[in-house]
Amino acid sequence: MRRATLVPYLFVTPAMLLLLAFGVLPIGVAAVVSTTDMNISGLANWSNVEFIGIGNYVALAGDPDFWRALGNTGLFVAVGVPAIVILSLAVALLLERSGGRLARALRSFYFVPAVTGIVAISLVWGYLYNTQFGLFNYLLSLVGIGQVQWLSDPWLAKFSVALVAIWRGTGLNIIIFLAALQGIPREYREAAALDGAGEWRTTRSIVLPLLGFAIFFVTVTTTIAWLQFFDEPFVLTDGGPLGATTSMSIFLYKEGFRLNQFGYASAGSLVLFAIIAIITVVQLRLRRRDVEY
Amino acid sequence: MSNTDARARRRARPPEVRRRRAISFSIGLVLLVGALSTAFPLLWMVAGSFKPQREAIDFPPTLLPQEPTLANYLRLFTELDFGRYLGNTVIVVLIGVFGLLFMAMAGYGFAKFRFRGKGALFFLVLATLMIPVQVTMIPTYLILNGMKLTNTLVGVALPTLVSGFGVFLFRQFMSTIPDEVLEAARVDGAGEVRTFFQIVLPMSKPILAVQAVLAFITGWNSFLWPLIVASDQKLYTLSVGLSLLNQQLAVDPALQMAAASVMVVPVLLVFVVFQRYVVQGFALSGLK
Repeated sequence: MRRATLVPYLFVTPAMLLLLAFGVLPIGVAAVVSTTDMNISGLANWSNVEFIGIGNYVALAGDPDFWRALGNTGLFVAVGVPAIVILSLAVALLLERSGGRLARALRSFYFVPAVTGIVAISLVWGYLYNTQFGLFNYLLSLVGIGQVQWLSDPWLAKFSVALVAIWRGTGLNIIIFLAALQGIPREYREAAALDGAGEWRTTRSIVLPLLGFAIFFVTVTTTIAWLQFFDEPFVLTDGGPLGATTSMSIFLYKEGFRLNQFGYASAGSLVLFAIIAIITVVQLRLRRRDVEY
Repeated sequence: MSNTDARARRRARPPEVRRRRAISFSIGLVLLVGALSTAFPLLWMVAGSFKPQREAIDFPPTLLPQEPTLANYLRLFTELDFGRYLGNTVIVVLIGVFGLLFMAMAGYGFAKFRFRGKGALFFLVLATLMIPVQVTMIPTYLILNGMKLTNTLVGVALPTLVSGFGVFLFRQFMSTIPDEVLEAARVDGAGEVRTFFQIVLPMSKPILAVQAVLAFITGWNSFLWPLIVASDQKLYTLSVGLSLLNQQLAVDPALQMAAASVMVVPVLLVFVVFQRYVVQGFALSGLK
C-alpha cells in the first residue's frame, strides 16, 4: 500500500467521472426533474420548465396505465422468479449429478441463451410464435389444436413474453448454482451416504440447505431483474396487445421517450426504484430470520 | 446369520445397481432433451436464414432449408444498411476498450494506494450497482443532451463504459498482487505509468480476459442506449437496426433470421472460444 500525492487520483479519475456522471448524478437529476413538468419544450429551453411539486406523483396515483403496468410487473415477478429459480436449480443439480463428459458437453447448450442479444432472439421467438406460419402452431396443429394467438391474446401474450425471458435468464443462474455446488465438500455427501441416506434424501436434507445462500442470492437478483423487465415485451409486443404486456419499465420508457414527459417518467422511475428497494430490503430481512447452517 | 446376510446383500445388489444405472440414464436423457430444446431456437434461426422467403412461411414448415440460399444475407448488406450497423456496433465495442482500461486503472488505484476520500469514493462505486437503469435512463439522456453527445457513437457507448462491478472486480484481483513486486519496479526506476502498464496489467491477465469477454458481449448486445441516444439512422447499431426490421418486415422471416444470425453468431463464436472466461465472469457475478 502506497501513500502518494496525486498519483492515485489520476488512476481513479476517469472511471470515477463516468460513474458520477452516469450513475450518481442521474439520481439527483431524476429527483429534481420529477418535481417539474419537464417535456420536449423544456429540453429546448429551460425557461419552459415549471416546478409542480408532487404533482407528477399525484398524477401517477390516478393514472390507470400506471396501475396496470404495476399489476403486469407483479404478475411477471410472480411467474418469472419461481420459474427461473426452480428451473436453473433443477438443471444445475442434474448436471452436477450426472457429471462426466456428457454433462460437460451439454452444459454449454444451457449457458448459450444468456449471451445472445435480446433483439435478435425476439425475432427468432416471434417467428416461432407466429400465428400463421410459426412452428409452435404447426406442432399444435399436429395434435389437433387450432391456431393459438401467442402474442395477440392479451392473457397468453404475458406468458409468451415471460417464457422468452425465462429461456434467456436460466443460463446465468445455472452457472451460479453450479459454482455453489462445487463449494460443497464431498465429505458431507459421503457421510450422508454412509448413514444410509438415499440420493433424493441427501439432496433434500444436505445439498439444498447448503445451497441456501445461493438460492437466496439468485432469488433476490432475479426478483430485481423481473421488476425491471423491459427487453422481451418491448421487442416482441411493444407492450401490447392493449397494454397487456406493458411492464413498469416499458410504461416509463413510453412516457419518457415517446411522449417526452420527462418529469412524469422520472417520478415513475423513482417510484419503481423505491419498490425495488423495499422488496429487496424485505427479502434481506426474511433471510436474516432463517436458520444459518 | 452373517451368511444369510451376505447372501441377501448379494441378491440385493444387482437390482440396486440396475436402478442406479436407470436413474443415471434417465437423468442423461432429460439433460439431453433439455439441452436440445434450449438450443433449438438458435438452430431454427440459422436454418431459417438460408431459406428462400417462400419456404420460410411454408406450412408445414421444414426443419432444414430445401433450397439453401445466401440471398437473405446479400439483401441485408446491399438493400438494407447492415454493413453500416455492423460497423457501428464494432466501433461501440472498440470504445469499450477504454472502459476496460479506466476500470483497471481505478481498480489499481483503489487496491494499491492510500488516499484521502478513498472510502467515500469506493462506496459511491458500489452504490451505483444498486441503481436501476430505469432511474438513470432519462437523466442520463438529459445529461448527454447537455454535453451535446446525443446522436454520437461516443454517446451510445459512454453510459455503460464503466461499471461499478467491473471496478470492484479489478480491485479485488489487484489487491492480491504483492506490494514487493511494485516496490521492486519503482526501485528499478519505473514510473507509475510504466509500473501500471508493464507490471500490473500483465499480472492481471486472468481478470482482464474475463472482463474483456463480458465487455464484448454487453457492448455487442447493448440495446437500450443505442435506442435512446442514436436517433439518426446512420448511427444505428445492429440491435437497433434489427428492432427496426422487426417492425418493417414482419412478413419476411427468412430475412429476419439472417439479420438475427448476423447479430448472434459472432457472440456464439466468442462464447465457444472463450467459454471458460464467460463462465468465470458469470460465476463471479454471484459475488455481487
